Amino acid sequence: MTVPQKNSSSKIWNDPVFRGRVFQGVVLTAIIAFFAFIVSNTLHNLEVRGISTGFGFLNQEAGFGIIQSLIDYNETNTYGRTFVVGILNTLLVSLVGIVLATLLGFLMGIARLSNNWLISKLAAIYIETFRNIPLLLQIFFWYFAVLGVMPHPRESMSWGELVFLNVRGLYIPSPEFSDGITFVYASIFVTLIGIWILKRWAHKQQDDTGKQFPVFYTAIAALIIIPGITYLISGTTTTWDVPALRGFNFKGGITILPEFTALLLALTIYTAAFIAEIVRAGIQSVPKGQLEASRALGLKNGQMLRLVVIPQAMRVIIPPLTSQYLNLVKNSSLATAIGYPDLVAIFAGTTLNQSGQAIEIIFMVMAVYLTISLVISLIMNIYNKRMALVER
Amino acid sequence: MLEPIHSPPFTKHPVKWAQINLFSNWFNSLVTLLVLYALVTYVPGILDWIFFSADWSGQTKADCSGEGACWVFIDARMNQFLYGFYPDDEQWRVNLAFILLLALVIPLFIEKVPRKGWLIAFLLIGYPIIATWLFQGNIFGLSQVDTEQWGGLMLTLVIATVGIIASLPIGIILALGRRSEMPIIRWICVTFIEVMRGIPLITILFMASVMLPLFMPEGVSFDKLVRAMIGITLFQSAYMAEVIRGGLQAIPKGQYEAADALGLNYFQKMFLVILPQALKLVIPGIVNTFIALFKDTSLILIIGLFELSGIMKAALNDPEWLGFATEGYLFAALIYWMFCFSMSRYSQHIEQKLNTGHR
Repeated sequence: MTVPQKNSSSKIWNDPVFRGRVFQGVVLTAIIAFFAFIVSNTLHNLEVRGISTGFGFLNQEAGFGIIQSLIDYNETNTYGRTFVVGILNTLLVSLVGIVLATLLGFLMGIARLSNNWLISKLAAIYIETFRNIPLLLQIFFWYFAVLGVMPHPRESMSWGELVFLNVRGLYIPSPEFSDGITFVYASIFVTLIGIWILKRWAHKQQDDTGKQFPVFYTAIAALIIIPGITYLISGTTTTWDVPALRGFNFKGGITILPEFTALLLALTIYTAAFIAEIVRAGIQSVPKGQLEASRALGLKNGQMLRLVVIPQAMRVIIPPLTSQYLNLVKNSSLATAIGYPDLVAIFAGTTLNQSGQAIEIIFMVMAVYLTISLVISLIMNIYNKRMALVER
Repeated sequence: MLEPIHSPPFTKHPVKWAQINLFSNWFNSLVTLLVLYALVTYVPGILDWIFFSADWSGQTKADCSGEGACWVFIDARMNQFLYGFYPDDEQWRVNLAFILLLALVIPLFIEKVPRKGWLIAFLLIGYPIIATWLFQGNIFGLSQVDTEQWGGLMLTLVIATVGIIASLPIGIILALGRRSEMPIIRWICVTFIEVMRGIPLITILFMASVMLPLFMPEGVSFDKLVRAMIGITLFQSAYMAEVIRGGLQAIPKGQYEAADALGLNYFQKMFLVILPQALKLVIPGIVNTFIALFKDTSLILIIGLFELSGIMKAALNDPEWLGFATEGYLFAALIYWMFCFSMSRYSQHIEQKLNTGHR
């Protein structure tokens, strides 16, 4: 059979490679032209409005207060510092939200599969209700309808004169340790390393001799006893800073703002409803034969769950769980609707309005969220690789 | 031959049922009792507040006794919640447009209706023109209603419908682009999709409201509503693209090769062979994206448009009606819930219908 020669008379526009190049060239030119158009318009508009470009504004004095900050901040600090305060507040509510949503979501997902009809139906009602209502509305509900009707500071609800709840927030005592606490922290760290070594030893022991060592209970006991003894020996003392009503408001202790609580409640409950469905699908994806096989091997219920079901279910759960975490971080930007001082509310809100540097600020905010997304995906991908099926 | 025997008795006896489903062991029994106790303690109070002690009729705040929910507030403001500030005399236009939409969409879900292609084409090209004319007016004898007067549920539905209709084709184009063999096209699509999925919708809406005016030549300005629509549509089309990409990847390679072997060109291959199969596979995912889009419409209140959540928030700040936040947000939540829940039920129905039991 002869190899078909390239037909010399075929037209160049019938060649898919050539067509592809032309098409890409056209698209690229169009996009470059589009951006050039935008950039030239923007530069012109900025000039007309007398706005200077660049990041110099970050060193200017901010001149506004922020109701919650994890680092020292006051009105005389710079716009640059408001950026950092915003990022930290976003991270705070996101991290706490992720932890709580994971716990509630796993609980609800397992409850959905319970053989108790009542529990399973209640979990289903929870999931179907909160999944189908916009998050923003849920935030409003918690903020305005629940926390907004709390009593005034003078008529605060109180528990044992230690914890107070009123319309301005939740007040709890904060511990203050003397210098010896450093030793306690160090001992916790050392104990954790010890537990890690113990775990490896126990694993090897089981491989060699078949004997199992109760790592979990030993670890719990060690984590309580060793730092406890260190605390006593080092002579650390703890004083409690109890909140008390002074004037019109409470002073002292830790204040949890209603904005934070409302946002956290809404984010947790909303995201947990999605996580519950993911967990349910994950557990249901484990074939029945696996359960029967582990029963045949004589595993107890707990062992079956821990050694057979969960590792296999996690493979299905992790990818969608990651996107729920990402959604939670992005959704925390709804804080701006109730005035919780997160990145969007402070930096893309107050700072933008004051400085007028819309372009720089929006791009910085976008860059932060993109970075957070990237980091979470990276961590979850590493975890996913460890859990993935190792085919031999 | 063996004698036929009856199937084992299948008891539906309530006691037996409760024994199996509620009290199978001591732990289950304990949990059941605790939950029942909690339900008996709290549910009657809640039901009483919502229904039995609630005030249903009246005109002003004074008509509410305060013992239960005050639905008078919802009743008095109903027109605003549905139409925003749309003039009373012109509201028939909104109703007509939505009835027309329903009349066009419902046949799509009935299997026996022939020539759905023409219906879809009309829905995508003809209907938007008619609807825009009905909503906005100004020509052919209809008086003009500015988009600032649109609001309430009507605005929510307008944005959701536009978003749903526009995000699907854009999502398909992006998904095809991401799977394209042309590197430049692929990278443009990947960048767009990943950036859109990496940032919150709020920043995109901020960008649409703060930066878009800077991008345009001097004097050119977009309507605020159009900007919000562009923002939401672009945002959701990135998610749509990922859903559709999942479908494209699930189609066996043989289908692509077979289409090539038949001498189909790229568009014939995609639109006649691949996409019909791929889209069918991911209908549940597409509906979920629609649900997300519907819920996301509530975010536009942040840039100052009064859709259902926005108008509710404004109504609750009215000095004449202070203190009905619970009633207001419950009502708004119920409306969103009805739309989203029915969409999700439909997607589950499709999933079951398409699930042939073997993968």
